[in-house]
Amino acid sequence: MKAFIALVLAVSALAGRALAVDPPSCAVPDSLFFVDSNLNRVATAVGKQRRLAIAVFGTGSSTLAGADGPSLAYPARLEVALNQRLSNVMIRVATRTKVGQTADGMRRNMKDLLTDEKPDLVIWQTGTVDAIRRAELDEFRAALEAGVDTLHTGGADVMLMNMQYSPRTESMISVGPYADEMRAVAQQRDIPLFDRFAIMRYWSDEGAFDFYATGKDNGLAQRVHDCLGRAIGKLVIEDGHLQTFVNKASQQ
Amino acid sequence: MLAPAVTTGRDLRLDLFRGIALWLIYLDHIPSNVVSWITIRNYGFSDATEIFIFISGYTAAFVYGRAMRERGFVVSGARILRRAWQIYVAHIFLFAIYMAEISYVATSFENPLYAEEMNILDFLKQPDMTIVQALLLKFKPANMDVLPLYIILLLLFPPVLWLLLRWPMLALGSSLALYVLTWQFGWNLPAYPEGSWYFNPFAWQLLFVFGAWCALGGAKRLAPALQWPATMVIAILYLGFAFVIAMSWYLPEQISIVPHWLEDLIYPIDKTNLDVLRFAHFLALAALTVRFVPRTWPMLGSWILYPAILCGQHSLEVFCLGVFLSFAGHFALVEISGAFWVQVAISLSGIAAMIATAALLTWYKNLEGRSPGQRSKSPDADLAGGEA
Repeated sequence: MKAFIALVLAVSALAGRALAVDPPSCAVPDSLFFVDSNLNRVATAVGKQRRLAIAVFGTGSSTLAGADGPSLAYPARLEVALNQRLSNVMIRVATRTKVGQTADGMRRNMKDLLTDEKPDLVIWQTGTVDAIRRAELDEFRAALEAGVDTLHTGGADVMLMNMQYSPRTESMISVGPYADEMRAVAQQRDIPLFDRFAIMRYWSDEGAFDFYATGKDNGLAQRVHDCLGRAIGKLVIEDGHLQTFVNKASQQ
Repeated sequence: MLAPAVTTGRDLRLDLFRGIALWLIYLDHIPSNVVSWITIRNYGFSDATEIFIFISGYTAAFVYGRAMRERGFVVSGARILRRAWQIYVAHIFLFAIYMAEISYVATSFENPLYAEEMNILDFLKQPDMTIVQALLLKFKPANMDVLPLYIILLLLFPPVLWLLLRWPMLALGSSLALYVLTWQFGWNLPAYPEGSWYFNPFAWQLLFVFGAWCALGGAKRLAPALQWPATMVIAILYLGFAFVIAMSWYLPEQISIVPHWLEDLIYPIDKTNLDVLRFAHFLALAALTVRFVPRTWPMLGSWILYPAILCGQHSLEVFCLGVFLSFAGHFALVEISGAFWVQVAISLSGIAAMIATAALLTWYKNLEGRSPGQRSKSPDADLAGGEA
């Protein structure tokens, strides 16, 4: 029996070391992606003009603090990732973030976003502030629907992005009902949802990141944003049907 | 352990199912808890809240209805209001614990990834507003919505009970009318910092009043209908339908088994305003339960179900303890380990703590009941079907 225990310990120690050597990747399984929507304007812009203008419209979790925060946050990482994979396409990602905005507050500023950036695709990150303030679900949903419609009328494709997975604040911020509304609106309007919550939770379960960590570890936040940027890029390529434009070299 | 006291008039099924509902609410309130997969909200439209509110209405009418018949409107009304006050105090106590928890998190957690989520702590920066709004029941942290609903329902209960005792159908009809008008005109109470109540009292009162109506003779009227085979068939078919829909929530996005027209018809399933689908789901569950768990079910006297019955008999204390334990349990999952076995251990030990507390309360109650000089058998809300 003792020998058996020793063996188990040795094997698990080896396994632990193997994990330490190879950091777990932040790949995302296909089941967590909304891949059956069509980003038609993205497809047109890339197909006809070889250019793609994306605008990220978000709140605090679309940016990182510090002087170089914006260049390390996921919108900038998305731009880098897409430019790497679609090197024959001119890709620009603009970022508009305003801390503390509810979906309804953002909806009111959408016309400005459209005229200023003329995006082909708007990635609308929202929900966290509504969940913190416990906004009414009906109103949250109405704001989402109206916002998506405004963006569509203004000539942009829309991708919704939900909240971060934040285990430490889970008992204080009830994100579930808001995430459900976002999922429902995405399904109803047939637009992709970047399910940031489920994806980060998957990373947590897989041990890719430790979201329970405390302290000012900027490295963790930067790695997470880099992974988010790449995962969004993958979804844009899937739903924009841009596979034919992907560089051979960058294909895994 | 003591055998459950079988006194006449006491329907142990109420205690049993309220006790189980309290356990389920506790399990559902711990985020990321693997054990919460067993709770009924995952297998249909309604959840433990419906059970809790219905049984609370039932027991309130049972206890205070008798008091109103025997001692009049003023005495029973005063007793109902005292109960509402107790619940209010309990709610504020839980709020204090919540503030302690987020204050701790505020000072110990500085992960830059979650700068946005930390805005939850803005409430700490303006205690003048937050605490006053909490006292007014307008500011309610996550998972602390049930007790304020219960308080409002009890505050309005004396006239409702008065009407129920005289013209039960009129009372039930008025309740239904209020529910319909609430859906029509979007009535609700305002909340802080924005929005309105998570459990809309104008909608949820229907379940409470329906429970009260059942206690005051409605259940007897419904009994023949519950014996019809057609009722059983409809209930089972509806539960099956709800089960299939619920299962579709857990399939990957690519697989949709629910046709689009049906999705447009049933969604959103509105918990705030007690969606008709949820209410119907509860009715179907209740119909099956009443049919297959008779009042004289021998298991009700067995030791296996005794812990749940005990918890159901001290619902307010056990409910509050459950809210506290769910905070504490989540805290432990975050600070110590979120491993599978820890989740199971926390879930089980929380329920054990609820049972132990209920047993202790029963012991105290027996102690006081036997003490000399005690007024003999004051018509207490805790008799017959547990507390109101």
